[in-house]
Amino acid sequence: MKLRFIVPLVYILFLMLPIYWLVAMSFKTTNEILAGFSLFPQTFTLDAYKTIFTDPTWYWGYINSIIYVSLNTVISVAVALPAAYAFSRYRFLGDKQLFFWLLTNRMAPAAVFALPFFQLYSAVGIFDTHLAVALAHCLFNIPLAVWILEGFMGGVPKELDETAYVDGYSFPRFFVSIFIPTIKAGVGVAAFFCFMFSWVELLLAKTLTAVEAKPIAATMTKTASSAGYELGLLAAAGTLTIIPGAIVIYFVRNYIAKGFAMGRV
Amino acid sequence: MKTENQKAWFFVLPVLILVAFNALIPMMTVVNYSVQETFGNNQFFWEGLTWFEQILRSERFHAALGRQFLFTGLILAIEVPLGIAIALSMPRSGPWVPVCLVLMALPMLIPWNVVGAMWNIFALPDIGLLGYFVNHTLGIDYDMTQNPLAAWVTIITMDVWHWTSLVVLLSYAGLVSIPDAYYQAAKIDGASNWSVFRYIQLPKMKNVLTIAILLRFMDSFNIYTEPFVLTGGGPGNSTTLLSIDLVKIALGQFDLGPAAAMSLIYFAITLFVSWLFYTLMTKDDLN
Repeated sequence: MKLRFIVPLVYILFLMLPIYWLVAMSFKTTNEILAGFSLFPQTFTLDAYKTIFTDPTWYWGYINSIIYVSLNTVISVAVALPAAYAFSRYRFLGDKQLFFWLLTNRMAPAAVFALPFFQLYSAVGIFDTHLAVALAHCLFNIPLAVWILEGFMGGVPKELDETAYVDGYSFPRFFVSIFIPTIKAGVGVAAFFCFMFSWVELLLAKTLTAVEAKPIAATMTKTASSAGYELGLLAAAGTLTIIPGAIVIYFVRNYIAKGFAMGRV
Repeated sequence: MKTENQKAWFFVLPVLILVAFNALIPMMTVVNYSVQETFGNNQFFWEGLTWFEQILRSERFHAALGRQFLFTGLILAIEVPLGIAIALSMPRSGPWVPVCLVLMALPMLIPWNVVGAMWNIFALPDIGLLGYFVNHTLGIDYDMTQNPLAAWVTIITMDVWHWTSLVVLLSYAGLVSIPDAYYQAAKIDGASNWSVFRYIQLPKMKNVLTIAILLRFMDSFNIYTEPFVLTGGGPGNSTTLLSIDLVKIALGQFDLGPAAAMSLIYFAITLFVSWLFYTLMTKDDLN
């Protein structure tokens, strides 16, 4: 019976191997990487990290990414909350069609939309701002947030709403001070998924920015092509992109499993 | 029960406006391109349905579509059973659960171009850990830049590495929601492990599995960045999936008309298959 613990263990080992390789490479010099195979860094160096933390084009990439990802998470969850409430509590004209239409937006390949998005956001005049990327990522994050939150809200009995009205709560006060705290696990899970999909998306983020709001991922591709192939530097930059995600998932670790089970997602 | 209330539209309005702004306007631009021909200088000529006809008959499109279905089929066939198996063998509670979940979710949080780049280096024959191990320790000739089969194996392995955890997390969430009483009842009845899985665990996981499969289908069908960075669609065209081909036509050759027509066909196929999945998997609920 104890043997079955081997399965997750082997799986996690498999997951960690490429990550180990990336981290190990970030401590090697580019010469060592290209010279041949070495399991551990022979010439341990922190140069790559020094470059990233002292060169503004590098560290601003991270700051830009974090700004638009946070902005997107806040917008997505904030507008998805009332909408999910409407879907879970009320029947209204066209509700089912609307819900399915929202989901279809996750199916449109981002590659299809890259050029029209560029034209649209240039026309509106917010090209190369954090807001542009945050709004564009709403396309696939809002439907997901509505979907997740609706599942969680469905698990909350309607008696809660009715009791609050009997007690004299107005709707906004009930919603903010009673209902949202009740489903905070759901808000956590929805925020986590919004953060995740906005953080990892590159195509739209790259298309909608030039200089001012350039995401870290775009800085990396530019370095890869212009400065030869500085593998050590790229590995260090890649390693640093894992950290924000790791922090976020650490905060929601208990909600992820429990949360999904609670909602009927 | 839900109450009828048309004012609920006001709650949905912000979502509707934001998503419509992002979805409808670009979609209309694509539709607009798909029926016109341009030679630059912002001059457009009406073409009708020529591009659609051309794309639907093109061998290149059929080949890319075939590769796309092969890719999506393979990763679903591997990731879904594997994810369920891992979720089943995880402990239900205890201090190791959060550790496992955090470690498992890690690959999903890495930007997609970094995923592609790290697997590219990981698989290089002489300096990558995987490539070195397969070539020098196992003695199997493996080079994804030369051999189409090796490129496919690498792409599939990368996607399994990247996304199996999504299936694990969702199935696990479904599993922990099963009350202990169910298992005790099964024990009293002397049910085998298989019948516990088939009649208790699988039905309880059905909802979360529907989401997992739908998400995996949509996202793998639209996959672009990871395989593009990993293999660039090569060697030759062997790993040119649908969206890689699309970007080649749209931005590489700047053939906006055909690219737009292809986008719409592509979108229609995704929509149809997703709808099919959704209807098949939720069919029992309606009865």
